[in-house]
Amino acid sequence: MLEGILVEGLIYGIMALGVFITFRILDFPDLSVDGTFPMGAAIMASGITSGLPPMVALLIAFIGGYIAGMVTAIIHNRLKVPSLLAGILTMTMLWSVNIRILGNKANLPLLRVETMLSRYLDGWGSLLPREWSLLVYFLIVALLIKFLLDYFFKTDLGLTMGAMGQNEQMIIAQGINPRTLKILGVGLSNGLVATSGAFAAQYQGFADVNLGQGIVVTGLAMVMMGEFLLKSNKIGWLTLRVIIGAILYKAIMYFGRFYGYYINLTPNDLRLITGLLIIGALAFTKLKGSPKWKGKLSSTFKSFSKTGGTQ
Amino acid sequence: MIGLNDIEMVFGQGTSDENHVLNNLSLKINKGDFITIIGSNGAGKSTLFNVISGKYSPSFGQVFFNGADVTPFAEYKRAKWVGRIFQDPLLGTAGNMSLEHNMVITHKKGFKGLRVSLNRENREFFKKELVQLDMNLENRLKDNVGNLSGGQRQALTLLMTVLSRPELLLLDEHTAALDPKNASKVLELTDKFISQYKLTAMMVTHNMQQAIDYGNRLLMLDGGEVIFDVSGEMKKNLTVEALVKKFHEIRKTSFKSDEALLT
Repeated sequence: MLEGILVEGLIYGIMALGVFITFRILDFPDLSVDGTFPMGAAIMASGITSGLPPMVALLIAFIGGYIAGMVTAIIHNRLKVPSLLAGILTMTMLWSVNIRILGNKANLPLLRVETMLSRYLDGWGSLLPREWSLLVYFLIVALLIKFLLDYFFKTDLGLTMGAMGQNEQMIIAQGINPRTLKILGVGLSNGLVATSGAFAAQYQGFADVNLGQGIVVTGLAMVMMGEFLLKSNKIGWLTLRVIIGAILYKAIMYFGRFYGYYINLTPNDLRLITGLLIIGALAFTKLKGSPKWKGKLSSTFKSFSKTGGTQ
Repeated sequence: MIGLNDIEMVFGQGTSDENHVLNNLSLKINKGDFITIIGSNGAGKSTLFNVISGKYSPSFGQVFFNGADVTPFAEYKRAKWVGRIFQDPLLGTAGNMSLEHNMVITHKKGFKGLRVSLNRENREFFKKELVQLDMNLENRLKDNVGNLSGGQRQALTLLMTVLSRPELLLLDEHTAALDPKNASKVLELTDKFISQYKLTAMMVTHNMQQAIDYGNRLLMLDGGEVIFDVSGEMKKNLTVEALVKKFHEIRKTSFKSDEALLT
């Protein structure tokens, strides 16, 4: 049970890292995630069933997600529509694309096909019980991605992306086109989400076009739960807490699913709970930011700008 | 050298709210000029800066940089030559990032690659530069910029802007949101950097005395036109009273209730 929660948390944590990039670093609320997650799953499934090496299929899934994310950013840049609308457009179009990728089917089972996981479980993974060796596997994958991201956000390009999310004018002033950064960043985010979808498909043993329904909200809940646990502005902690948040979220959902029937909960209520979790997190952050809580610091700041205004 | 050629800026063209903010404005800015700009609200000072920096593209007319027509260039492209500081100290820095990360982003202009350029050598360089501000910021490289005061933040913005030695520095009332002590400190630093690095600069101010005390050239804007352009000895000998009188002479009206101008 514990291993299952951890494994699922790690797989979906990769997706949550993608959501974290758009929502928290780029300040570009992006809903294409609902389409790119099943897209990653679809590319993986149809890739390996048609005989591609699993690693190649995974790479194509990442690139596919990246391109889809770029499309969202380009719609936003060129047509000057809000990022939310651009994301919804991409997400909607991807539903059709994903069915095409799955070969005009809504789902594709991966039974009796060699996946990255089955290959691993037959090899090194056979040393441990199945669930535990999967845990080792996904711990390595998730941490590898986490550390690569940490490195990326320490490079000059990564720092510039972080600054753009806070202050676009500052980036323009540096002679950098914020549109280019958005295309690169939203692409990266959706590339990660598709990668997560590709692993999810292998873990669950099938790809389904509806796999992504509500995934962006799940990702956001994971990001927010992580923010509860740790306070920092160091990128290493920020990405770590996203993964921990994902595991925590999966744990809550697990208990909701297995013990919820005591209070008459069904699995269909889990989305309601997800939404309530986010609302609770938002309300808590707002309360914490209110003047009553912030106290002295904010009041001195206000008087500060007042003197400046009358000068 | 920077030139503005017959700039017209019309907002809401063809509507009943049509508003001519800049009218046939032509201007030559010589290398090394430090121009102070005064004018009442709505005179077109900010619009002028927006046209120069490329935030707005003018309805008519051209903008020249060193002889090249840059009118169609977007703001981010012109930013390679133009540094601009706003009234709001928050606009120049990223508050949730550390001082050193802010400086990595701003110490060289242009698109950044996948290099990690924050190393010991660069840190030493940043420290050496920060010492000039005399605000003890050189010991706070790891601090979030959001933790600095408004004055410190604006001084940092100033330093980061001049670090790339822009060909033109636009100062848009950059001390107006600070308390008097910090404002004069930032203004002093501005003057120091401009003469130290021989920068070309334009500074909008609401304070006539400041406009007279700083720079080598003074422009008075009204109704979208330059109505008074003075430099050299004549500017040095200006007084606030003389400026106000001059305005009356030219416009045959008094300043539009803008008492702030007289401080």
